[in-house]
Amino acid sequence: MGWLLCAPAVLVILLVTAYPIGYAVYLSLRRYDLRFPADTAFVGLANYGTVLSSGLWWQALKITMIITVVSVAIEFVLGLALALLMHRTLVGRGLVRTVILIPYGIVTVVAAFGWRFAWTPGTGYLAGLFGDAAPLTSQTWGVAVIILAEVWKTTPFMALLLLAGLALVPEELLRAAQVDGAGAWARLRRVTLPLMKPAILVALLFRTLDGFRIFDDIYVLTAGAHDTRSVSILGYDNLFTALNLGVGSALSVLIFGVVALIAVVFVRGFGTAAPGQETDHR
Amino acid sequence: MTSDPAAGNRALLGWVTANTVVVVLSLVPLLWLVSLSFKTPESIGDGRLVPTDPTLANYRGIFTQSLFTRALVNSLGIALISTLLAVGIGGLAAYAIARLRFPGRRALVGLALLIAMFPQISLISPLFNLWRQLGIFDTWIGLIVPYLTFSLPLAIYTLATFFREIPPDLEKAAAMDGATPAQTFVRVIAPLAAPGTVTTAILVFIFCWNDFLFAISLTSTESSRTAPAAIAFFTGASQFAQPIGSIAAAAVVITIPIIVFVLLFQRRIVAGLTSGAVKG
Repeated sequence: MGWLLCAPAVLVILLVTAYPIGYAVYLSLRRYDLRFPADTAFVGLANYGTVLSSGLWWQALKITMIITVVSVAIEFVLGLALALLMHRTLVGRGLVRTVILIPYGIVTVVAAFGWRFAWTPGTGYLAGLFGDAAPLTSQTWGVAVIILAEVWKTTPFMALLLLAGLALVPEELLRAAQVDGAGAWARLRRVTLPLMKPAILVALLFRTLDGFRIFDDIYVLTAGAHDTRSVSILGYDNLFTALNLGVGSALSVLIFGVVALIAVVFVRGFGTAAPGQETDHR
Repeated sequence: MTSDPAAGNRALLGWVTANTVVVVLSLVPLLWLVSLSFKTPESIGDGRLVPTDPTLANYRGIFTQSLFTRALVNSLGIALISTLLAVGIGGLAAYAIARLRFPGRRALVGLALLIAMFPQISLISPLFNLWRQLGIFDTWIGLIVPYLTFSLPLAIYTLATFFREIPPDLEKAAAMDGATPAQTFVRVIAPLAAPGTVTTAILVFIFCWNDFLFAISLTSTESSRTAPAAIAFFTGASQFAQPIGSIAAAAVVITIPIIVFVLLFQRRIVAGLTSGAVKG
């Protein structure tokens, strides 16, 4: 009975993810250029060789990692501050909770256009801020603006996850620590954060894997110009401008591998609640 | 915890300031787009937040273009159908996960989580090829299928949380009165789960409405291109005359409904968003 009810969902999920990934593995082992669709053949790991020996892949991987690590770090700090603000504030709690849902609800592409116009000389209010003529035309500033867009859009989500974690910290413990003479900072570091650890790790895992997929913001802000490509942008470019399905599939498999690796590191290395565990103690 | 009134006032001032900063930072990027959308081509570069000579020309412009109106229809249709399917199929699975003990239940929850974090770009190459072979490239169904897949984990998680909150005694009572499991579900569970279902539907709808990667990869014409993809393809008279006003107007049009939704259902959305994630 249980399986019968789940069957449709499982079927759809497997058909659209597991099967295509298998198909991608198969394609990645073949020569398949869409400009010469008749000329396909088994080429072993040659496509992987092409990807791994190209500077583009390593460049994109580096940029993706920088964007992911920096934005998740900033989001964590801001998200925690925001969560504490919503948890403790004396005034306007409802207003803040409502307003921070706006970045969450906004279409990513729309937000990215907002930032692009803001940072473009002529249409924007931020372009002249640092004296740089056109921030989106240099790698460093481009990446910085991409991180800003990403942080603005996803900090609310992080804050809400952390807020739910904050609610699990017993008030009495904090008061006891205060009686024992712990200041606000010590209470945060020694009591609140350790108790929130499971929530923090899940939030970080969610956002790291999500950050690694970054595509929309870069597509709109720089379109990957000036070496600001993420691995997702590289995969897209490879399919639609280089039209190479074999190499594109090798990229797909490699990205999938990196994401799986990140998940394993989180679950094994940091002891993030592995998927499936959390249903049991409710 | 001090009773000194001056310190209390300072604290209050601090909270007000912090809250104001958050509100301003959340709103300004959006307000700037709204402002641009009401500007004329001449004043678009003036750097003012309040347009000097507000105009509706940008809005009239995009609604007379089939590029945008057609994309809006596509977006609405595709997102609505995906949402209905995801809530329906996800609801069945969520009910099973919340209520029934069966082997592989945990594995199923794990699978759902894995999919939620799956790198979508990895599917673009294979799906692009498969969809062309199946003849569903650049069709509604070609987008509905991946949207359904990626919103199912969200739907299952959120719905399972809401189902768990319904006391199991109600079902036992219904069973004792002779109701079949199907009747119990339709008559007892479904009505009680209605608020959760609405929340789930909103979250799934936002997800589908927001998608860009699938929308630009698996479509090629107006027949199925959704609004976010269409906006990215807006072009001006020349490379240098970007249709900023039109893009801003279109951006506002596809943003406002979502924001209204989010504000109306604020409490529920927060509950739904955090339901699956923090019970570890």
